[in-house]
Amino acid sequence: MKNLPALGSLLVVAGVLSALPFLISDYNVSLVAQVGIFFIAVLGLNILTGYTGQISIGHGAFMAIGGYTTAVLSRDHHTNLVVTMVVAFALCFVVGLIVGLPALRLSGVYLALVTFALAVSIPQIPLQYSTFLGGSGGVQSAKTVSNLWIYGAAWTASAILFVLAWLILRGRIGRAFRAVRDSEIAAVASGVELPVYKTLAFGISAAYAGVAGSLFVLATNGFAQPSEFDVFLSLEILIGAAIAGLGSLWGILAGAAFVGLLPQISTSVPVIGAEHGRDVVFGAAVILVMLLLPDGFAGLLGRIRRLARA
Amino acid sequence: MVDAATSRLEGLRGGAIDPGTATVVLFLLGAAIFLLIGCLQSKNFAQLTIEGLALGSVYGSLALALVLVYRATHVINFAQGELAMLTTYIAYELMLKGLSYWTAFAATLAIAFVLGTVLQVTIIRPVQHRSVIATVIVTVGLFILIDGIVNWIWGGDFKFMKSPFGNGSFEVGGVKILHLYVGMVIVVFASVVLVWALFRFTKLGLGMRAAALRPAAASLVGVRVDSMLAIGWGLAALLGAVAGLMAEPTQIFLSPGLMQPILVYAFAAAVLGGLESPAGALIGGLLIGVALTLIAGYKPHIGPITITSELQLPFSFVVLLVVLLIKPSGLFGRREVRRV
Repeated sequence: MKNLPALGSLLVVAGVLSALPFLISDYNVSLVAQVGIFFIAVLGLNILTGYTGQISIGHGAFMAIGGYTTAVLSRDHHTNLVVTMVVAFALCFVVGLIVGLPALRLSGVYLALVTFALAVSIPQIPLQYSTFLGGSGGVQSAKTVSNLWIYGAAWTASAILFVLAWLILRGRIGRAFRAVRDSEIAAVASGVELPVYKTLAFGISAAYAGVAGSLFVLATNGFAQPSEFDVFLSLEILIGAAIAGLGSLWGILAGAAFVGLLPQISTSVPVIGAEHGRDVVFGAAVILVMLLLPDGFAGLLGRIRRLARA
Repeated sequence: MVDAATSRLEGLRGGAIDPGTATVVLFLLGAAIFLLIGCLQSKNFAQLTIEGLALGSVYGSLALALVLVYRATHVINFAQGELAMLTTYIAYELMLKGLSYWTAFAATLAIAFVLGTVLQVTIIRPVQHRSVIATVIVTVGLFILIDGIVNWIWGGDFKFMKSPFGNGSFEVGGVKILHLYVGMVIVVFASVVLVWALFRFTKLGLGMRAAALRPAAASLVGVRVDSMLAIGWGLAALLGAVAGLMAEPTQIFLSPGLMQPILVYAFAAAVLGGLESPAGALIGGLLIGVALTLIAGYKPHIGPITITSELQLPFSFVVLLVVLLIKPSGLFGRREVRRV
């Protein structure tokens, strides 16, 4: 019965999201779909950063891998797009495990440096192997889909992955993750196998980013381009996770909405102008939020709840 | 057990050479001999090495800025490169207003110093004692903010800046050396020596070192730790400005993306040198610079992979990763002791 309010809010969110496409314009559908895509990526990074205490500024790299997987499979084999998302999930899980292996020995600042370098490096790979990966022009998938399709796919995937995350985190694995975050030494002493859980967290979180990357490419007319996956994408996901705070559905929704919508909304800022307003407002907002909400949106909610109870 | 402890102590006192130091010395010696033989064998190699040293001094200077900030506040400033890019645009604007190159250069360094100090006080100080994630995200926000501001004020299109050293060159033993490269190395090293002298010989420098190493003890003997840390950020921004101004002529154009790859090279340089070691950052910068130009010049094959200039960034990533996995303390860093 303890979970009743949580279940309630979940149902409310699901209800609103299913009704929304019938009420808003096609452009707004694409915006909310964008939020869904970021929801998946932020949810994934939250497992790594929020639950396991490891940082990654490289999740744009995993999104790139997922996105290129979809585009290339569709171009070469006309694979069903949903199947390509599953492949992206699996592939990024494996790549995430591999990246997670060196991350075992790194922590804090060093991990931030390495993953940042990864984010900057990955978009160079298609330039080097331009015959297969299309160079700077990118890869065009064989099929394009409507905004409504992406909306449905993004939020269905979000729901599935949210439930999956909940199942993973509520049990043994989640407990191990949190133990690693709170104190690695204490976790080892209590029998948590550090290598297993740290790489596992990386793998799961990368797999989520992979699915987000697939959808991200489909949302840009099925075009996978190196410039789409620049370092700013990685920064945005990390910011989303920071704003989300720790493990609340509302927090993650807020984080995803922040990175998914703010750049779009802020293009209409007065004075600065549409073209450049985006980064100015976004950057300033990030700094302000970090200064004012140390524990992200989830922390704010917690504070409000405590105030309401008192 | 006791023996190991005593020998460790002797190592610290400089009595014995521990195997780690020996490996580092051998590595550097090997690199120097490799470069020397290469330069004597081939003019092309010598030319590339000189170019690499010049670019490397720029990477080293930005790496040094990162190290100064890291030593003082244990924050990696992801916006260090963008800050350098912003100050380069400021120099561009000053020259457009009619200032000569070197006047604009000096003015820009002063502005950079103030900017760095102000940033530390306003946005870094409040999060300094929070988690690594919080500080990283604030500097990431700053990264995006600066990028946005530059795009807003100056636009994303390419700007031309006149080169401070012209297009001339010397010839030494058949090897062409651009004035630019010599100038870059001289300017970078002059500024580094000045900053080093400030740290080493002045009371202010002593205070800054004390504030970075033992903040609590320093404040007990009357050092104003907060101001010292802010000045440290100012100096880092100043060194970054030097890096930006010296990097610009190698790029033909000035664009908002100027420092993004250089930031990654500087990360690799700082980690290679040991994140806590200023001298290491410089030497790391030179090594990375030379390695990258040699790679771009010779396009070596490693198995099925041909490393071209497209792979310079991934190469730096691999360097970063390998150093952290094999010797996380870098060439000159001290090993971190973690207390339970």
